[in-house]
Amino acid sequence: MKLTPSLNRSLWVFHFNAGSCNGCDIEIVATLTPRYDPERFGVKLVGSPRHADVLLVTGPVTNQMADRLRRVYAQMAGPKVVMVVGTCGQSGGVFSTSYNLAGPIDQIIPVDVYVPGCAPRPEAIINGVVTAIAKLERLEGGK
Amino acid sequence: MNIILSAVGGTVVLAILAIFVGLFLAGIDRRIVAHMQARMGPPLSQPFTDVKKLFAKQSIVPANAIPWLFNLMPVVALASSIAVLLYLPFGSLAPILGDAGDMILVLYLLIVPSLALVIGGFASGSPYATVGAQREMVSMIAYELPLAVSVIIIAWRLMVANVANPFSFTTLMETSVWDVVGPLGIVGLLILLILFAWITPGELSKVPFDTPEAETELAGGILVEYSGRNLGVFSLAQAVKTVAMIAFGVIILLPWNLSPVFGLTGAGAAAVDLVFFFVKVVIVSIFSVTVVRTMMARFRITQVVKVYWFIFGGLGIAAIILLMLDAFLMGGL
Repeated sequence: MKLTPSLNRSLWVFHFNAGSCNGCDIEIVATLTPRYDPERFGVKLVGSPRHADVLLVTGPVTNQMADRLRRVYAQMAGPKVVMVVGTCGQSGGVFSTSYNLAGPIDQIIPVDVYVPGCAPRPEAIINGVVTAIAKLERLEGGK
Repeated sequence: MNIILSAVGGTVVLAILAIFVGLFLAGIDRRIVAHMQARMGPPLSQPFTDVKKLFAKQSIVPANAIPWLFNLMPVVALASSIAVLLYLPFGSLAPILGDAGDMILVLYLLIVPSLALVIGGFASGSPYATVGAQREMVSMIAYELPLAVSVIIIAWRLMVANVANPFSFTTLMETSVWDVVGPLGIVGLLILLILFAWITPGELSKVPFDTPEAETELAGGILVEYSGRNLGVFSLAQAVKTVAMIAFGVIILLPWNLSPVFGLTGAGAAAVDLVFFFVKVVIVSIFSVTVVRTMMARFRITQVVKVYWFIFGGLGIAAIILLMLDAFLMGGL
């Protein structure tokens, strides 16, 4: 369970929608297009949380999704990073006063990186990944 | 004693070489796919980085899984992929186990990694993995028919041409099947070449035949519950199996060596032939795996069976008829 340089060069991403309006999800798909090509840095979208190193969560967490989010987080193999994309995940955004919210994502699972925006541009998401890599390198150096 | 030592040493060297070549092939594959999609793509060393990362990660055994089967199957897959290589000649290098095995044995051994995947999928106790394992079995049944047809018809044609031991790999490397056939046979062999190019992605579960893994609908299929070291060993097995399967095709249908052209002998000839052999493997892999996988979308499992049984099965029968006619005309029968 140790952090290694190879982890930073091969981040596999699992995308989880916790009740988002789909705006952020479309921006995530835009990030993966040939124009931005994150595969240059080894970033790959995977279909199973077991394969993933990064959990990319969008949306405020609805009551229905809270338990699913916890379970998906628990299914990931360590070391793992959680990245929140979009304003909703940080504060609830336009849904913050809704009766159906289990709260922003950081009240459900620990979050490492926030990417604000409604919806954030692909450049901002890539910047978030770079921040995640920097955090991993810092943790690796500090241990 | 000496024989055993050299066999063990040869196996270790071959395993390391095959893993290296296999991961390198995966890197070339990803790079070329990226270029075909107008992007840069990952560095060639990306598969090495991925495997290194997977080995450093936590390995989870799900609560529903059967732990000993779940943990054993990646090792079985890797070991059986390496075992295939022990029977294959590389260029003018003789197989490590000599003439102990022939094409039929390799046909069986090539099934074992897929079977290990199937058992591992069933043992992981996830419905996604179960569906994936069932699909893998169905696609195995599908591609086995054209594969067996092409192997057996080539051996039969060699036998008719009075070649001794037509199933042995050493015979195949020495006597190219292209030299014994006439014009009709050439057409038949070209059909077999096409057949082999399409069986390879099926055997390796690549797009358009990656139905068992189907990331979008089965979330990774058979491998859905595998993580960390186990997933790393499976990707090594996949890399070695890629080399083994493509090498098998190259030996059967593209068996030429470079050393007679340059008039080399001894160690120099072996080295030149080995390099040339792997160059052939890389080229075949680009044409039959990489280009196809960029061009096409995934088949449904019913389409996989239809394509392999009816289209490629029909092509196989056409090749059989052509080669039999050829044997008849060339006076072998």
